[in-house]
Amino acid sequence: MKRIRWIAMVAAVMAIALVGVACGGDEPSDGAGGDGTAALSGDIRIDGSSTVGPLTEAAAEFFQGENPDVRVTVGISGTGGGFEKFCAGETDANDASRQIETDEEELCTTAGVEWVEMQVANDGIAVVINPENDWADNLTVEQLKMIWNEGSTIDNWNQVDPSFPDVPLELFGPGTDSGTFDYFTDAINGEEGVSRTDYQATEDDNVAVQGVAGSKGGMAYFGLSYYEQNAAQLKVVAVDGGSGPVTPSLETVQSGEYTPLSRPLFIYPSAEALQRPEMAAFMQFYLDNAQSIAEQALFVPITAEQTAAAQAVLDGIVGGASPSAE
Amino acid sequence: MSTLRTQKDASTTPPVSLTSRRGWWHRTRDGAFRGAVTGSVLVGLAVLVALIVQSLVEGWPKLNWNLITSFPSSFPEKAGIQSAIFGTFWMVGIVLVVAIPIGVGAAIYMEQFADTEAWYNRFIDVIIQNLAAVPSIVYGILGLAFLARGFLNLGPVVLTAGLTLSFLVLPVVIIASREALRAVPSSILDGALALGATRWQGVSRQVLPAAIPGIATGSILAVSRAIGEAAPLLLLGALQFITFNPTGLNSSFTALPIQIFNWVSRPNVGFHVAAAAAIIVLLCITLLMNAVAIWLRNRFQQTW
Repeated sequence: MKRIRWIAMVAAVMAIALVGVACGGDEPSDGAGGDGTAALSGDIRIDGSSTVGPLTEAAAEFFQGENPDVRVTVGISGTGGGFEKFCAGETDANDASRQIETDEEELCTTAGVEWVEMQVANDGIAVVINPENDWADNLTVEQLKMIWNEGSTIDNWNQVDPSFPDVPLELFGPGTDSGTFDYFTDAINGEEGVSRTDYQATEDDNVAVQGVAGSKGGMAYFGLSYYEQNAAQLKVVAVDGGSGPVTPSLETVQSGEYTPLSRPLFIYPSAEALQRPEMAAFMQFYLDNAQSIAEQALFVPITAEQTAAAQAVLDGIVGGASPSAE
Repeated sequence: MSTLRTQKDASTTPPVSLTSRRGWWHRTRDGAFRGAVTGSVLVGLAVLVALIVQSLVEGWPKLNWNLITSFPSSFPEKAGIQSAIFGTFWMVGIVLVVAIPIGVGAAIYMEQFADTEAWYNRFIDVIIQNLAAVPSIVYGILGLAFLARGFLNLGPVVLTAGLTLSFLVLPVVIIASREALRAVPSSILDGALALGATRWQGVSRQVLPAAIPGIATGSILAVSRAIGEAAPLLLLGALQFITFNPTGLNSSFTALPIQIFNWVSRPNVGFHVAAAAAIIVLLCITLLMNAVAIWLRNRFQQTW
């Protein structure tokens, strides 16, 4: 009797253990479809910036619609974390919200990983305030630096400009791991990573949206797409980079007129991976559809000149002998 | 009778005698303690109910079969969690196969065979207790350094994640199994030994079967904890966009907490709805596993 119970117990535990394995085992036929024609197939691993992630995700989704046998996966380890994986040869391409840095270049070169840089979209950082704030519609880069620079003790709007009212300043921003933080601190404070630290830092931009929407003296910065998604709850600041205030918008970001807070977004495919036909096809698809992909992922598309430049880079590495040879 | 009268006195007239004053004090203290412990239960319950209600209300429009059968998408209305559910099941399978035999084995050694006075066994004991309190992200770093890269170099695959989660829950499994083994009266083993059984026969045929309900309950609760982990998986390279289920141990993967984490940090509100719906699914899976644990315990429990 006891023995039967014991066996039943073990059987129950094993059954649970096997559910996962058995269920997964059924699946492989799902992805690798039956048509054995000259269709592209293979796995493409992309990691990197969480800003560029949604963009590559949209590209992958559209691409897989046409090439169901190519499996594109996208991770979001951050630009720096992604480059670490990329240079270790763990990924085929890296999403980057900034250009590759010298130490990352060295890491890749030492490991023998060659890469090319392609711009795939434009991004603008929006500085936002509460809709009830009617005094800070325009801010200069100097004023922003005054507020955000390392060691800043400003905690009231009237310290920014004597004509501003006596309203406590509440600051929200991204955590130090984010590409947005790197870019904003570089553009506004003059050195990457230099910032006051006594603000509410969060990797979740939604927290910043809620914070600013709920506080009259609130202020935050994040990607323009986040502002556009939440425009009803926020007001965007026109930034004066020296030649008059410019409101961030599709046009002003694309043209680079919205300085210094507009930036290009990149993908860094490895030269070796581009020799694989499915990878070359994916990057070509990414460029051909840059417009619709950027719109889908709420970014500002690249201009015709920017597309041509990226195409030239891609042709330089893929063109010539390799695609037919592989 | 006298107590009854004292109570009555206290409620109607001011206390006069020493006994009635003390009775009043006792009853007040009794009531206060009761209120405090009831409050403790209510706080826990309120948090759970708030979480469930909030997720249900927010995720309701997305809580349908499509969510479970679809793969991630950049369109929130099309996005689903199939690959996340399968990734989670794969990891649970690996944890059950790896952590439980090792954990139970270690517990049997510690309870039945180890010399508890020896310094190295006391040392191991302390280490295991401490490991149970190590933050999960540290296990993620361990998995990244020694499993994904380094000596084993398995890469960012579902096996790495499963093994890392196994290490994470191993101390919990060991501690729960030891408690279960200790709860078996020593007379059971003594009886077996007295009848001429070897220690191995006594442990494997008498003590272990008797302890299985407790071991199973502890193990399933440990696995439930593994299901909810996101931090170590993020470090190990779980993906945000993957449109296929794991096809083997060296397959790329994602998991439910990762998918939820990604979706709540998207600007598009549609993804927040999807995240809330995925939270409900995750809660249901955890609840189901806990229900199995309770059923196992009740079904096979013995009393002496």
